[in-house]
Amino acid sequence: MTRKQKKTLYRILLAFVLFVVCLLLPVEGLARLVLFLVPYVVIGWDVLWKAIRNILNGQVFDENFLMCVATIGALIIGEFPEAVAVMLFYQVGELFQNVAVSRSRQSISALMDIRPDYANIERDGQLVQVDPEEVAVDDVIVIKAGERVPLDGVVLEGTSALDTAALTGESLPRDVSAGDEVISGCVNLSGLLHVKVSKPFGQSTVARILDLVENSSEKKAQAEHFITKFARYYTPIVVFAALALAVIPSLLDGQWGTWMPRALNFLVVSCPCALVISIPLSFFGGIGGASKQGILVKGSNYLEALAQASIVVFDKTGTLTQGKFSVTAVHPDGMSEEDLLELAALAEQFSTHPISKSIVKAWGGVPDQERVRDVEEIAGHGVRAVVDGHQLLAGNGKLMEREGIEAVSDHQHPGTVIHIAADGRYAGHLVIADRPKATSAQALRELKAAGVRQTVMLTGDAQGAAQAVAQELGLDRFYAQLLPADKVERVEELLRNKNPKENLVFVGDGINDAPVLSRADIGVAMGALGSDAAIEAADVVLMDDDLLKLPAAVRIARKTLAIVRQNVVFALGVKLLVLVLSAMGLANMWAAVFADVGVSVLAILNASRMLKAE
Amino acid sequence: MKKTFKLIDLDCANCAAKMETAIKKLPGVTDASVSFMAQKMTIEADDVDAVMKDVVKCCKKVEPDCEIVL
Repeated sequence: MTRKQKKTLYRILLAFVLFVVCLLLPVEGLARLVLFLVPYVVIGWDVLWKAIRNILNGQVFDENFLMCVATIGALIIGEFPEAVAVMLFYQVGELFQNVAVSRSRQSISALMDIRPDYANIERDGQLVQVDPEEVAVDDVIVIKAGERVPLDGVVLEGTSALDTAALTGESLPRDVSAGDEVISGCVNLSGLLHVKVSKPFGQSTVARILDLVENSSEKKAQAEHFITKFARYYTPIVVFAALALAVIPSLLDGQWGTWMPRALNFLVVSCPCALVISIPLSFFGGIGGASKQGILVKGSNYLEALAQASIVVFDKTGTLTQGKFSVTAVHPDGMSEEDLLELAALAEQFSTHPISKSIVKAWGGVPDQERVRDVEEIAGHGVRAVVDGHQLLAGNGKLMEREGIEAVSDHQHPGTVIHIAADGRYAGHLVIADRPKATSAQALRELKAAGVRQTVMLTGDAQGAAQAVAQELGLDRFYAQLLPADKVERVEELLRNKNPKENLVFVGDGINDAPVLSRADIGVAMGALGSDAAIEAADVVLMDDDLLKLPAAVRIARKTLAIVRQNVVFALGVKLLVLVLSAMGLANMWAAVFADVGVSVLAILNASRMLKAE
Repeated sequence: MKKTFKLIDLDCANCAAKMETAIKKLPGVTDASVSFMAQKMTIEADDVDAVMKDVVKCCKKVEPDCEIVL
């Protein structure tokens, strides 16, 4: 509890004691009113003061004002104990609500407690602790066992295991040694590490993640907009209904004493706080619970959209498959296997595409850059280069077709075929295969179980290779042989043909698919740890490359939305019920206060369930 | 230009919504978002520093207990 909350608690206790004393003293008439005014003022002075101040500022329909009218009304009609009790109960509820909200806010912040407090830096032969923000790029920092990695960098010396759980939700430690990159936010478990800093703190992984989570509440969900809009109309409507209830029936039957208290009840129920508070809290809890599992959701609106996910489109490479290619077959045409591999490796050495890397790796040597000139990458086709003075082409069937070279197609081996041609003559091909991830099939099944209607795979691979993977994993549809631009087109086609209420999710690894990520209803980038481009382009970021996080994200989204709906229905239902009962004279002011603060507290407790999700 | 400010003693969700609506209406403010959960306010304007005086005034009016950390 904060100091302010403690002060309120003492005031409540004091007022309660005074209230009991007043009830016991046998005083009648005006003296009784004066007596009850003592606990009333003790407990309610701040509410009265705020009401007056807000009216002076032109803010009429605020909860303080309504509470004042309701309780002063009760005092006027002679219900002194009720007036004090309602104010007391109201303050208890407010306090409860305050504590509950700050508790859940704290526990969400605790989930995201990855901010490093200091960095160790060597100065004049001594280790000193400095603020991570003061460390410059290329400084060398020392990370001891048990400390958090404060900044992104490269290990210069030392070996250790890093716990990345706070970032990825993955409990298996990651081994690092000299030359490896380390990412801020991880915890150094065993050895001493000397790390050369590669990014200033403001651009480090940990700062970016914190920034993202803290700003996620800025993008509000439709449910939030609805409820704030609703609140704007709800309060005035209930207040005018109260006025009508006080005046109209009384004028007809003259029973002011019957109708006044009922009308005052209306005023107590008219505060929309329970609704307004519980919805952002549920979303905040959902986002917090997701980030604990290494799923970053960039806004409440995306969480809301994710709950309606019904078509999930996957990029194949690196998403459904491991993205680690290996050469599984070498079929030369008029040269040795070794020579074919060498030519391919030389031509592909500058490309960062995983297929190219696998070819270089399969060849085994370090390609000589001097032997290669005029390298040109042709997106979606392959590479053209001059190797040892020979015009070399390395790429898929489409490249060969474009260049008018007759290629031998390979149907025996599933995988991607890279054809090689030298000086316009076909030289053979390599088959490169990429195995599906161990969890992909299970993730797809879980998505279906979570209510996803259709799963689609997009790939630049050949039809045969794509079909093999699609069948193995149980995808509903696949589109093969796509250029990067075709992927956007396919996604747009799927977007056009879907039901407008359904949402399309695109999952990619964030490399080369930024346009598709932004085009889909929800773009999900995975394996994004350390990849700035992916974090930037996506709406939802899966910190490691485990596809099972996707169904987990959908489940969290659905659960959050369920809680939001429960809270709206519950809060509105109780309020409506109390309004009806009050109008009929069946509910007293106690019930009305419960409908206000009691419901708020219950809604907050319900929302805080999100923090414990899975 | 977009800037985020921390808020102190913002203790009612409805007030946050009211503040947001009021700030959005201020001249020169393109967009505003008040997050009760994060106790933060984001202001989008051509010149944020220029409108901040009005924003502070506006907050004082709608929710006098809440303080903006500039």
